[in-house]
Amino acid sequence: MEKFGFTISKGRQIDYESNNRRIAEYIFENEPSFRLCFECGGCSATCTTANFTGFSLRELNILIKRGENDQVRSTLKKCMLCGKCTLVCPRGVNTRNIVVLAKQAFQKSDEYEI
Amino acid sequence: MKFDPFIIPFNIGLYFILIYVVSRSVIWFRDLSRPDKLRLQRGFFGIAFGLSLKEIFMESLIHRKIFKTNIRLGYMHMSLAFGWFLLILFGTIEADIFSAKHLNAPYKAIFFRFFNPDHGRMGFEAAYGFLMDLILAFILSGLLVAVLKRFYSKIVGMKKTTRLKMSDRIALTSLWLIFPSRLLAESFTCGAYGTGSFLTGSLGAWFATFLPAQQMAYPFWWLYSISLGTFFVLLPITRYMHIPTELFLIFMRNSGIKTGDKTGTYSEVQTYSCSSCGICIDACQLNFSAGITNIQSAYLMKAIRNNDDVSEIADNCLMCGRCDQKCPVGIELSPIRMIQRRAGEAENDFRNIYKGYFRSRQPIISEKAIGSSNYSFLHETDPEKADILYFAGCMTHLTPTIKNSMIKILDASGVKYNFIDEQGGVCCGRPLMLAGQDKEARELINYNSQMIWKSGAHTLITSCPICYKVFKESYYLDVEVLHHTQFIKMLIDEGSVKLNFLRNKVVYHSPCDLGRGSGVYDEPKEVLNHVSRLQKSNFEDGNSLCCGGSLANMKISSQKKKKIALEAAIELTKDNPDILATACPLCKKTFSAVTETRVADISEIVAEALIEKPVKKNNISNVKSIRELANI
Repeated sequence: MEKFGFTISKGRQIDYESNNRRIAEYIFENEPSFRLCFECGGCSATCTTANFTGFSLRELNILIKRGENDQVRSTLKKCMLCGKCTLVCPRGVNTRNIVVLAKQAFQKSDEYEI
Repeated sequence: MKFDPFIIPFNIGLYFILIYVVSRSVIWFRDLSRPDKLRLQRGFFGIAFGLSLKEIFMESLIHRKIFKTNIRLGYMHMSLAFGWFLLILFGTIEADIFSAKHLNAPYKAIFFRFFNPDHGRMGFEAAYGFLMDLILAFILSGLLVAVLKRFYSKIVGMKKTTRLKMSDRIALTSLWLIFPSRLLAESFTCGAYGTGSFLTGSLGAWFATFLPAQQMAYPFWWLYSISLGTFFVLLPITRYMHIPTELFLIFMRNSGIKTGDKTGTYSEVQTYSCSSCGICIDACQLNFSAGITNIQSAYLMKAIRNNDDVSEIADNCLMCGRCDQKCPVGIELSPIRMIQRRAGEAENDFRNIYKGYFRSRQPIISEKAIGSSNYSFLHETDPEKADILYFAGCMTHLTPTIKNSMIKILDASGVKYNFIDEQGGVCCGRPLMLAGQDKEARELINYNSQMIWKSGAHTLITSCPICYKVFKESYYLDVEVLHHTQFIKMLIDEGSVKLNFLRNKVVYHSPCDLGRGSGVYDEPKEVLNHVSRLQKSNFEDGNSLCCGGSLANMKISSQKKKKIALEAAIELTKDNPDILATACPLCKKTFSAVTETRVADISEIVAEALIEKPVKKNNISNVKSIRELANI
């Protein structure tokens, strides 16, 4: 059969039933300002790491909140914690702590603590 | 009278604490690293020993540094420490001179009046009795202040006093009971025998008029002995362990031992040397501006001693170093806090009384690593060769006026330099270190080091005190690291730049990492003096405030940060200066948000004052553009 280069795109629906929201809940509990984020993307615009590679804290925030953690785990390690995002955040979200807490949460979920 | 059963509690306590202190110091010595052992040995036979003796007298007995901070608090500490020391010293001498034989057991001196009730009727004996009464009165006056302070801390000019745990309370009560019970016991004995000086004598004579002094004395001698015994036995598990430990601390410090970055004997000795005097609590801006009252260094030390989980306390701190400066014992509080940040979460240690006395040896906590780090996206670069590098730093890129001013100054000075992170560089690594992630930080440090090394520079100028501190301390580079204020000072001294006098009234805010953190106080002020009218604030040099924007605190909310910044800005702008000058992009950013006064970095002020003169244009940019042309 002739191949025309078309593929079936992956399903894009967000399945909250199967997604893992524990990471998000751990962060909500320990850093309530995570709820204030309205995903403006200021953090991504100023990011030191984003200058070198594709890294968007805004995207990670959205993914964590949705519970789609697979991609977040490895990407999160690229953060240098320099703190520029915290300074530009118009909502006063403690973004640095969110990154640190997310790292902790992944480690804890590996050890079945959360 | 040779012996009486009431001395048994005292003797048990005394010999217990003596044996305990000796065995504890043997353990501490054994746990020292080999170089530190050598330092200690060298110190013992060197000048450090004499220095330590002097310091022990000035600090552990007289409490000179507490006096400097607060006279009433100093008097309280001095009367108890120095007074008790004198009482023991002169008590021993008294027992030695006036007893039948020399070299008595310690209890003979402590309970001298009980065993020699007829002593002190006339002549030299009476004069000596007067001295002993004077010392006792001295201690009691301090004790009165201590009791009042516990219930109403403002009496000694302290806003807050430390909270205590149960064993501390019992020890405190027994400490409070020691001297009044001695007074009463001696008074009753003196009343019964008609001896004693102005205090014990007159009090005893008065008691004897309406009380059976002979019978009343004995229970108070028991109380005196029991309270001494209880105090000694509880000493190792309470804050009073600082009494013997501080002597070791002073000696170790004078021998040149440093905290380092791992737990060990020295950090443990330091935690035990904290007397919870509470001076750090009053110094802490989180306390007086943000109302966070449970994380101050005194509580950190207490939590470490109690094997509590300290991660919450350790992380919630601006690391401004104000407490380090004020600590009368000279404990290196920030390095100890950093060690705790690096440590992973504490294991829930099974705690009991036994553990309090015999701590399990603190494990040398390895660096906590949350997974493996991943900065493989950073590619090696080939920077231009240059003698002088300018590293702006992340924060400076957020405040472009500082960056542009620095470029203007560098261009005007005519030096050949390379702006190494013009297109945005890699973080210096200190923010990761402050979050306790040293391993990740090391990766960034290696990357930056390589870049600096490749450029072949001999001077590195940075605009950010955070970068400055880490370049100085944690990079192993053969370059001279300068903060831009130091560099500008150098340019002014050399005459490479000519500056106008601006006539602005300026107040200088010393950034924590530059001032207390790295000891650069004078250069920024000299530069400001050169171009403007520098005003004095109430918070100069070591006492300067933190802007609250510090990257060190991960836990604090943005509202509380703002509150700290606001109060600091109000304090600094009290004399209505035209400009609130600082030397840190982060301080500038934080202050700009909360004050009407213009906030400017020193480089901006200098750039304004710059007399433009025709200088040969920096040729690096030319080279660059030619290369770019060639590439096209």
